[in-house]
Amino acid sequence: MTHSISRSTNASRVAAMVAVLLLIGLVSAPWWTSSATLRLIGEFSVYLALATLWNLLAGYTGLVSVGQQAYVGLGGYVLFSVALFLGINPVYAIPMAGLVCAVLAVPVAALVFRLNGAYFAIGTWVVAEVFRLSMAQVSALGGGSGTSLPVAVMKPLGDKAAREAMIYWLAIALGAGCVALVYGLLRSRIGLALTAIRDSEVASSSLGVPIARVKYGVYIAVSAMTGMVGALIFLQKLRISPDAAFSVNDWTAFVIFIVVIGGIGTIEGPIIGTIVYFLLREFLADYGSVYLLFLGALAIVVMLVAPKGIWGYIAGRYRLSLFPVGYKITWKD
Amino acid sequence: MDMINTVVQGVLVGGLYALFAAGLSLIFGVMRLVNIAHGDLIVLAAYVALVVVQMLGIHPLLALTLVVPLLAGFGYALQRIILNRTLGKDLLPPLLVTFGLSVILQNGLLEVFTADSRKLSAGALEVGSFKLGDAISVGYLPLLMFGTAVAVIAGLQFLFYRTALGRAFRATSDDAEIAQLMGLDKRHVFAMAMALCLGVVAIAGVFLAIRSNFDPFMGPARLIFGFEAVIIGGLGNLWGTLVGGVILGVAQGVGAEINPGWQVLAGHVAFILVLAVRPKGLFPRIDG
Repeated sequence: MTHSISRSTNASRVAAMVAVLLLIGLVSAPWWTSSATLRLIGEFSVYLALATLWNLLAGYTGLVSVGQQAYVGLGGYVLFSVALFLGINPVYAIPMAGLVCAVLAVPVAALVFRLNGAYFAIGTWVVAEVFRLSMAQVSALGGGSGTSLPVAVMKPLGDKAAREAMIYWLAIALGAGCVALVYGLLRSRIGLALTAIRDSEVASSSLGVPIARVKYGVYIAVSAMTGMVGALIFLQKLRISPDAAFSVNDWTAFVIFIVVIGGIGTIEGPIIGTIVYFLLREFLADYGSVYLLFLGALAIVVMLVAPKGIWGYIAGRYRLSLFPVGYKITWKD
Repeated sequence: MDMINTVVQGVLVGGLYALFAAGLSLIFGVMRLVNIAHGDLIVLAAYVALVVVQMLGIHPLLALTLVVPLLAGFGYALQRIILNRTLGKDLLPPLLVTFGLSVILQNGLLEVFTADSRKLSAGALEVGSFKLGDAISVGYLPLLMFGTAVAVIAGLQFLFYRTALGRAFRATSDDAEIAQLMGLDKRHVFAMAMALCLGVVAIAGVFLAIRSNFDPFMGPARLIFGFEAVIIGGLGNLWGTLVGGVILGVAQGVGAEINPGWQVLAGHVAFILVLAVRPKGLFPRIDG
């Protein structure tokens, strides 16, 4: 009897092919669809990126942050400051936002990592509030009422159509990039450590996984990526204010609901969750607060009835994995 | 002299923050649950008080006799029906479920009561004050708030260490499984703790509603104030929580004195300083 070891499955090969085709379709979208559709897909991509990043943090390292809006807002403000004061092309400001967020995440992590579990969650929230209140004091950026990007700053991006296409491609790149990054990360050595930490912190520590270092690293990387997404979000909006930039509802509550409903601790979960979230929004957004009520209730029900979310349920039932990160042994006679 | 006045007012406001924090601390102590919806429950209590006052035309403080049992009953049911199912080794379910609850409460209150800010009127109590020396005037309401906070914490302390229910809380907190073997029903003990917590929340909510305007979305900030008081004072120490509330109140008062925009920020900075210098808080409980 011999055996072979493989990572891919039939489902994952099909999924990879579909993903490639989908990506080609999406990248070419500015040539065949309306700007309203582009905006919708762009927004979808942004939420997919935020959800994937939050899932990496909470689902794999157990760092449940309720304060990721700190980096979304900070990224946005870095973009605005760089574009307004230094006159740098806003597109180049996006990686700079990532860098600033990574640097700032180091002392923040040193602080909030002193809190355990649920208190960590509220601690990150306090940090986001500190960012929000501090930004409201910066009068050069409009203080509490915020500021807009003038037309001159957007000039380097070309005319309206070119600008919309550019922002759209950046959104697709960040959305697909985050999923690809997390997928790649989880297939690597670090991914093995992360999966081990997710399953049992005590056991992985006894096997020599440097838990503290992995957690620090992931927190800082996720913060940097979140900052880049934040910069892009406010490049789309062209207007920023502390309340919008550091909104716990927009950048954390929705993201948490997406991940929980889709399936936490899986790569597929945030994708499914984002689709469900956008479908619900299309049908229910007119109802305003009732829609939020429904979303909150749905998240509670999912957590109580199927804590692994929609994808967890499907994967468990049909033994399906579109993004395999483990290994499978097949025996042959 | 101005500064002394600021500090005195800050100390008194600290009593309210200690009331926000006491329930949070209690729940964490008994079942390691951090309730993200805690602040929204305080706001819910304020709205329940509003309804009671409007329907019966009674004084807000008298309304407490109805609001406290109502909230306590709600707390018992909430724990029995929903929260007990989330408790276990995994930290995520209780966190996410209470987060969902927070969103539901905010938007539910918005649907029923609109976004208009409300206030409870307590008549002469609100404006009355007496002079301490020349520069300091102490309001009756802040003083009553502070006195209530001290009484609530003393009461909780007594309940925890001197009564059968307190013994059940401590036993379940130490080892829920052994406590089960000794004939305690964990589900009931936890529900009692949540009922007690929401009783305190009711008191905090009524004082919040008398002291300032409130609207459906001010819960999260109250959660954060309570949480900061707990961490500054040291986890698991109720009297420490009172000191934490006082420090937070004074920091906010001093911050507001320097620049009105710095009020809340100064409180956060005080919290971060304590976290950086003494991560276990100023008065951590000594274990074992």
